[in-house]
Amino acid sequence: MSENATHITEYKTLGIVLVTLLFFTLITIVVTSFDLAVWNVVLALVIAGTKGFLVVTYFMHIKYESLLLKILVGMVFFLFALILVITFIDYAYR
Amino acid sequence: MINATTTMESVSYLDHKGKYKGIFAWIFATDHKRIALLYLYAISTFFVIGAILGLLMRLELISPGQTIMTAQTYNGIFTVHGIMMIFMVVIPGLSAIFGNFFLPILIGAKDVAFPRLNLFSWYIFITGSILAVLSQFLRSGPPDTGWTFYAPYSTATGTNVIFATTAAFVLGFSSILTGLNFIVTIHRMRAPKMKFFSMPLFPWSIYATAWIQVLATPIIAITLLMLIAERLFKIGFFDPAYGGDPILFQHMFWIYSHPAVYIMILPAMGVITEIIPTFCQRKVYGYKAIAMSSLAIAGVGYLVWGHHMFTSGMSETARWVFSLLTFIVAIPSAVKVFNWLATMYKGSIDLKPPLLYALSFIFLFSIGGLTGLVLGSLATNIQVHDTSFVVAHFHYIVFGGMGFGFFAALHYWFPKIYGRMYNFRRANIAWGILFVGFNLLYFPLFIIGMQGMPRRYYDYLPQFQTGHVISTIGGIILIIGLFLMIRNLVLGARKGAKAPANPWNGSTLEWQIVSPPPQENFDEDPLIKNNPYDYE
Repeated sequence: MSENATHITEYKTLGIVLVTLLFFTLITIVVTSFDLAVWNVVLALVIAGTKGFLVVTYFMHIKYESLLLKILVGMVFFLFALILVITFIDYAYR
Repeated sequence: MINATTTMESVSYLDHKGKYKGIFAWIFATDHKRIALLYLYAISTFFVIGAILGLLMRLELISPGQTIMTAQTYNGIFTVHGIMMIFMVVIPGLSAIFGNFFLPILIGAKDVAFPRLNLFSWYIFITGSILAVLSQFLRSGPPDTGWTFYAPYSTATGTNVIFATTAAFVLGFSSILTGLNFIVTIHRMRAPKMKFFSMPLFPWSIYATAWIQVLATPIIAITLLMLIAERLFKIGFFDPAYGGDPILFQHMFWIYSHPAVYIMILPAMGVITEIIPTFCQRKVYGYKAIAMSSLAIAGVGYLVWGHHMFTSGMSETARWVFSLLTFIVAIPSAVKVFNWLATMYKGSIDLKPPLLYALSFIFLFSIGGLTGLVLGSLATNIQVHDTSFVVAHFHYIVFGGMGFGFFAALHYWFPKIYGRMYNFRRANIAWGILFVGFNLLYFPLFIIGMQGMPRRYYDYLPQFQTGHVISTIGGIILIIGLFLMIRNLVLGARKGAKAPANPWNGSTLEWQIVSPPPQENFDEDPLIKNNPYDYE
């Protein structure tokens, strides 16, 4: 999206994203009843990451923004992932 | 070459008659320059209080055993000193004051992107600061954890930890909103034809800082909330007694608090990058390298937090990873230092007070940075961990770096802010006293730290007394220097000679408008033609 242009997302698209988010929330709750050892955490993070991606892409309109903003937001996700990986280097090898 | 911009008849922001009068014209102001001054006065007040607390600590340590206060009072004072100086002075300092005042002007904008949000950020800052001050006086007594609030002690102590952490939590919101405001301002409000690579380098450093503020501060916010929940509901996040992990607290705390060091230092580096070309009348050497090094420091600086935790019981693999990353972050810092020196080479160096402070910054920051490598290396870190060596290193970076950067900025932009000059002779004397006092205060701490003097200890072995006496004398000299500097600036603001628009023959946009600037900075959009540092 250029500096002054606006984009209006259809209600249908927003509705589909909302239902998808609720579905993932349900999955998050359901998987806690299974003991998957360390994979519980991995699964929870993957679901949360996917939900975050959907929110940023559709609700926050990044899909329709300029490449620069997409790169900046992508770098934030990358940084967050790095922080998690480095933290888990401690927990995995302690 | 830059063409700008205001006529001499413009009414300055100090004389502008708006909707409100008197004090209300300030506390309801949405003009970025007035908000900058609100921050300046608030932060300066907290700085003076923090400095006095620091002096009291030094006086206590002049001899072993009890000197002027009890051990618990000492614990409270070093905690209060840390909380005030970190969260209320050095983190907001340069960004909120000089970022607010000069970022819009340097990019040719009339204000920040969200002026009312800017004022709201100041109110949040004041609310958080009041909470922090209250935490010192409420019934349970000042927090005694140190500014790091390490668990599990912070989950158990009976002092006002919840109040103090709530204060830091609230102050964080101010930081996030200010950072957000600056990012949007830089993206959306640059003057026509001002590309990213034609911005001056102070906005670049503010840009890198703002990203850290937006991305890192929420992590300390959630950490402090978890700590409060731990104290209130015994959940078991951090306290081993409830199944928690105290090292998790350290991870989460330092994921924010190490990048916070760059929130403090990056704007100071930006100030130095403005001052050196002006007082050497030389184009900045390696413009793009300096701009990119700000982003590199911000990026890599995120990933080195573990060097604060080498003795915490963290895994060995994590320790060498963090050690490696710590050494990598030294590279972009060195890029800046070498480029500053290269800029000065063959320049017409004019040793005015702002340049004296800028050169002091380079000297002190280099000592702080190089001793940082001693701490980043695993073997030597374990030798000096939690000794006064760390205190010295930290103060060389934060006070020698951010502090002297702050003083440099104050002396550099003072004529623009107030439209008056200060007395150069008195400024030079104050600088000399400050510089001597600073080194006498902190350098002995390196030595006694290497010899084994622990940090935060109330009492010590007699063998460390000489170092402590020298350090305390340095502290007294430093306070005298501070007093002289503040007095000179106050006198200058009230009675100084009128400042011309461009007293230093600077080339960036702020020097192309009248002193002090008018309400909306520019009568019309300034025309940006070439490099902002076009001296040749």
